[in-house]
Amino acid sequence: MMVRSTLKYLAPAAFAACLTLGAGVASAQEPIKIGAFLAVTGPAAFLGDPEQKTLEMYVDKINAAGGVLGRKLQLISYDSGGDAEKARTFAKRLIEQDKVDAIIGGSTTGETMAVVPLVEQAGIPFISLAGAVVVIEPVKKWVFKTPHTDRMACEKIFVDMQERKISKIALISGPGGFDKSMRAECLKVAPKYKIEILADETYGAGDTDMTAQLTKIKNTPGVQAVLNAGFGSGPAIVTKNYRQVGVPFPFYQSHGVASKEYIKLSGGAADGVRLPAAALLVADKLPDSDPQKKVVVDYKNAYAERWKSDVSTFGGHAYDGLWLLVDAMKKAGTTDKAKVRDALENTKGFMGTAGVVNMSPTDHMGLDLTAFRMLVIKNGDWELGN
Amino acid sequence: MSAELTQFLLTGITIGAIYALVALGFSIIYNASQVINFAQGEFVMIGGMTTVSLVDGGMPLPLAIALAVVVAAAVGLLLEKLAIERARGASVVTLIIITIGASIFLRGLAQLVWDKNFHALRPFTGSTPIAVFGATILPQSLWVLGVTVLIVAALGWFFGRTLLGKGMLATSHNRLAAELVGVRVKGMLLLAFGLSAALGAIAGILTAPITITSYDVGVMLGLKGFAAAILGGLGSGVGAVAGGLALGILESLGAGFVSSAYKDVIAFVIILAVLFFRPSGLFARRSAERV
Amino acid sequence: MTVWPRLAQARTGGLAVLVLVIALLPLALTNNFYYEVAIQVGLNAIVCVGLNLLIGYAGQISLGHAGFYALSAYTSAILTSRFGWPPGAALVVAIGSAGLVAYVVGRPILRLKGHYLAMATLGLGIIISIVIATEDRITGGPDGMAVPPLALLGFPLAGERVWYWVVGVMLVVAVWLALNLIDSPVGRALRALHGSEVAAQVAGVDPRRYKVMAFVISAVFAAVAGSLTAHYAGFITPAKATFLHSIELVTMVVLGGMASTFGAVVGAAVLTTMPQVLTALKDYEMMVFGAVLMLTMIFLPRGLVPTIGAAFARWRK
Repeated sequence: MMVRSTLKYLAPAAFAACLTLGAGVASAQEPIKIGAFLAVTGPAAFLGDPEQKTLEMYVDKINAAGGVLGRKLQLISYDSGGDAEKARTFAKRLIEQDKVDAIIGGSTTGETMAVVPLVEQAGIPFISLAGAVVVIEPVKKWVFKTPHTDRMACEKIFVDMQERKISKIALISGPGGFDKSMRAECLKVAPKYKIEILADETYGAGDTDMTAQLTKIKNTPGVQAVLNAGFGSGPAIVTKNYRQVGVPFPFYQSHGVASKEYIKLSGGAADGVRLPAAALLVADKLPDSDPQKKVVVDYKNAYAERWKSDVSTFGGHAYDGLWLLVDAMKKAGTTDKAKVRDALENTKGFMGTAGVVNMSPTDHMGLDLTAFRMLVIKNGDWELGN
Repeated sequence: MSAELTQFLLTGITIGAIYALVALGFSIIYNASQVINFAQGEFVMIGGMTTVSLVDGGMPLPLAIALAVVVAAAVGLLLEKLAIERARGASVVTLIIITIGASIFLRGLAQLVWDKNFHALRPFTGSTPIAVFGATILPQSLWVLGVTVLIVAALGWFFGRTLLGKGMLATSHNRLAAELVGVRVKGMLLLAFGLSAALGAIAGILTAPITITSYDVGVMLGLKGFAAAILGGLGSGVGAVAGGLALGILESLGAGFVSSAYKDVIAFVIILAVLFFRPSGLFARRSAERV
Repeated sequence: MTVWPRLAQARTGGLAVLVLVIALLPLALTNNFYYEVAIQVGLNAIVCVGLNLLIGYAGQISLGHAGFYALSAYTSAILTSRFGWPPGAALVVAIGSAGLVAYVVGRPILRLKGHYLAMATLGLGIIISIVIATEDRITGGPDGMAVPPLALLGFPLAGERVWYWVVGVMLVVAVWLALNLIDSPVGRALRALHGSEVAAQVAGVDPRRYKVMAFVISAVFAAVAGSLTAHYAGFITPAKATFLHSIELVTMVVLGGMASTFGAVVGAAVLTTMPQVLTALKDYEMMVFGAVLMLTMIFLPRGLVPTIGAAFARWRK
């Protein structure tokens, strides 16, 4: 009892504990260090913030339940502000100074790609939370990722369009890395689904009005639907302006708006918008037979209880990342970096918030199109689209 | 006039009105103190965020707006009292860095007091678009335009007709002379900061329903407001308004007719070109450089 | 007359101290992360030493130097990775092109004064950064692009420990060049400009020519650091081109002390290491950073090095 309460007291400051107590306490093994660099502030804060909160919450939960391999977890997390240069410096700090056992992070693709050479060189398991395909294509030995790729989002949307007999669309995208990468992927895979892109508009960072672009789209002859690739406040403004200008076509958003915030920000304007997203958003509406239901409902409730705010799929990426890592460590029976990496690569049937993960040496994400659900917004809430 | 062009112009004027309010804030402070206040955008943020959080907390909108303007003005006064006044006599660049420090500080404070999420305010009077010559405008945009016109008129009266306003203008023309005829220069400085903070806050509140507000919304708006003030001619009220509208319309036309990705580039290239021919902006006050 | 040699000695003394610090610092750098921070300090210091010539000596503000930095970094990156140029040649072309752009735009822009010049340089920087972020087929867009490593006389430069010495030598060269320039007739002309442009003109100094010269030199310093950073980091994103980075650079110069070359180095060191120290503050980091910046400039308006230098001189008396 005495030892346990001491441990509980020491857990948050485990590092200090090791320094001061050293091997004095027999059971106080060195914690497993999990490094993280996230865009907790800056333009991508709505990604990094829930990611950070999710990691904190589950590291505490795991420790309260006895840790992993009989050792506590220690989270060392830095705020990159979404800046790739800072991300690289912090990754170096995690590897060289903090000597972490594995890294989760890189809210954005830029941060992730800047860090890839470092983790490849250092040989440390790295689970990225960024969306773009380039993170895992080509496959990099030490790099894994949890979110669906932007290419999958395009494909899911195009499949839905095909079903609804839409073949000519307009594209409007934002200035961020996510937006640009998704735009490029959509342009690339569009011919495969016989989708013709008639207009290709963009908006800038911090733009407060997109009626000019939408007016142009509205007046482009032949357009049957509009797709907005973007995240942050941009899509909410586009949605409002979309209704203001009175664009009459079906409106698609990407998985970049997959948080309740988007609906709130758009006011009533978001009703009728279709988007691909993880099942997490419709957790309560999933049929009980859905194998994913338990995972997503549990995470959703835990997050809402601890942070008093709605869950987003972005925090879900961090959830998946942490549990994939913990799983791999348990399976490997060690924190040996090479063995954990091998275990990660052999992940099969892992049920995360994003879907079922089946990794392989050629696929370091392990999700397929079924992981996405087509959602539609009705009366200010998510509904399953089909 | 085609519906398309009308839409671009309406959009441009609405954005431009906001830029104009921010630019007026820059000009008022510049006139009183020769300081460019890079924290001007943060007043916009404080106005919007305070209103949003008060309304979310159940306060009626008009009261929340009034309180938000007061909060922003108080921050403006504190900034003058605690930072600018103490740094009197420092070089222009040093003062710029101080206000940049203030803007970082305020942003850091805002993300603690509130959060890092985006927030939207309910439109004041509904969100049914109004049709104008085939284009559409939101009721909130009319609020933006109406309030901006009112403010510009009020400022015109204040600086042109009242003793206090004239005193402020006098201070900006010649500090020493103003002091000699009995103007309390220190008070004028305080007033300038309070006034321009209030203006910024109003801009932030008006736009919060149209755009969206967050702890770092001030960075971009501050930048655009500064550009507008320079384009019109620093220290000129007419210039600030004209500069703001011109910038808003340029951006909107640029996005509509040329390229949405390059609309800011188009705007800045034109500003640079204007400065090339009129190195002190469109409505520069004529003044000889002191040797 | 006797003042000048003494002053010159003090300058050489300063250079000697800098060399000594760079030579001995590795004793305190116990891992590669510390080397990383030291390298970043060095690279930023090179930009600041150049920028200080413009701001501190010629009295002209620029809020757009991140543009030159990024222009050169991206030119290096694109020439080497997309066109297969040898990094050395790309480096020279990249720095040259940044200098050329500075020369071409410097002539019309430097007619402007004070805040108008600030706006114009700000606009210039923003234009460059938007072009970089938008032309994603060449630049990789907002997600950035990878940059191949630099090779020196056939030896690839790799690893923090090698780069530390490369950057260290470059910094010493930069400081030495700046000190010599300041002591030359050009430097005296620049200082005359800072005092009063009209008076300088009367004394036979062509203000425009010297202003443009300072502008181009400072752009070249920024370009050198930009290209080196790109090759060292192996990756570059448009974040380095934004006006926030420009402002960061100016802040380093002013915080360290305008018109003090060593001040620029100290300013770069302080502002580069501070965020690493402040990470412990988590959510309070931004607020504390802003407050430190404000308080330093309010109470030490001339910057760290000149204020401390003056205090030291008083104490010696």
